[in-house]
Amino acid sequence: METKSKIEPLAQPLKEKILNEINELVMKCYQCGKCAAGCPLSGEMDYTPNQILRLLQIGDPLCDDEVLRSMGIWLCLTCDTCHSRCPQEVDFPHIMDFLRSESIKRRKVHPKAKEIIAFHRSFLESIEKTGRLHEVGLIASYKLKTFNLLQDVDLAPKMFVKGKLEIFPHRIKGKEAIARIFEKAMKEAEND
Amino acid sequence: MTKIGYFPGCSLNGTAKEYDLSLQAIARIADIELVELDDWNCCGATAAHSLNSTLAVALPARNLAIAEKMGLDEILVPCAACFSRLAQARYEIKSDEKYRTKIPQLIEMEIKGTANPITVLDFLNKYALDKIKDKLYNKLNAKFACYYGCLLTRPEHLSTIERREDPLVMEKIIYLSGGMPIDWAFKVECCGAGLSVVRTDIVGKLCAKILDDAQSRGADAIIVACPMCHSNLDMRRNEINKNLSTDNEIPVVYITQIIGLALGIDPKKLGFDKHFVPTDKFLHKLQKQTVEV
Repeated sequence: METKSKIEPLAQPLKEKILNEINELVMKCYQCGKCAAGCPLSGEMDYTPNQILRLLQIGDPLCDDEVLRSMGIWLCLTCDTCHSRCPQEVDFPHIMDFLRSESIKRRKVHPKAKEIIAFHRSFLESIEKTGRLHEVGLIASYKLKTFNLLQDVDLAPKMFVKGKLEIFPHRIKGKEAIARIFEKAMKEAEND
Repeated sequence: MTKIGYFPGCSLNGTAKEYDLSLQAIARIADIELVELDDWNCCGATAAHSLNSTLAVALPARNLAIAEKMGLDEILVPCAACFSRLAQARYEIKSDEKYRTKIPQLIEMEIKGTANPITVLDFLNKYALDKIKDKLYNKLNAKFACYYGCLLTRPEHLSTIERREDPLVMEKIIYLSGGMPIDWAFKVECCGAGLSVVRTDIVGKLCAKILDDAQSRGADAIIVACPMCHSNLDMRRNEINKNLSTDNEIPVVYITQIIGLALGIDPKKLGFDKHFVPTDKFLHKLQKQTVEV
């Protein structure tokens, strides 16, 4: 497997990090598969929820690597169906949030997930600047990041006619306070 | 007059204006004052919790702190996604020592977690329905598929809904309005939520299953209580229909718009003209049938 060379030796298994940092125990899972059965996107994922848990349980750096590079972690909608039906009460969406940020930190993001991350980033930038979401700004920034220039061009005029799009953003008075929240939260994530 | 905090969120200011219009109309008739939080900010949505767990708590926490400062005990959060973020932030602050100390430094405000976010369904049941139920003059003689999606029913520690796999809260409201709620299989399935822009193909597939089931069981409209569910099922209809053999034309309507109709409010004032999927046929059917009754 060509990924082998990219693995740091003696890395702490992800399952230990998950236990220490977000207090979730992946070993609770006994592979009943209820999560995968209920997940609206198991059919689209490279690894289904229970398979991701199994890979984490093994604790081998190769398996951890496979999880962080998977597309499944980016498709998860946080709909919580898996968690609410899990007989062992594994909070899988919580684990997914952790895996996503870990995947970014270790630069193991699946190539096809880059657009999803670009969208999230554009979304956060919109809030950071004005305090609220500005759809026109969000879409413009996302298009520039991904070069999907023609995407959804048919929706915008109709939304505008129906009074659902504001051309100019509303800036809240506390936008400096919001910018400081962003600054501190980003710094903290970097120091982790 | 009952006073309650109000967090409209970004959607109700933009893509979900009809939700705001109809909710405000009901509140006026029920004599409830919705006090909008001063200078509120975006809850951070999927983007924040996918990328930065601290931001995911801090952004909604600022709104909770504003509500506390304004002396509000409860905040009506009509968007199910915003509700989930605000309620989760409150939960983290109350249950996790780490956040209790960290969040006030981040938002530069005091926060105890005394202001409680509530969903539109809780608001209707707890405050509005008692005051308006004698005024529901119009019998809505049609079949309705009540759709809850994810965030009104899950996760368990935030949801106030009973029977989370088969909730009946909206069905009871429809029944009260003279409508006929149908039994169907997709009421708590996910619409695709935050993947709407980036993976419209997936949203199309998921919503197609939802709409197809509602249609095959004879629904005249789908009732929602979340702007994310609404925009996916309504605005994405072209993409959805690519997955179906025949075009599905069922309108998607907010629960507050339906109550508004039952109260006899003009559909235009409830924003029925703002949907992408036309509602004329549905409204016409209701009118015809109310005349017959």
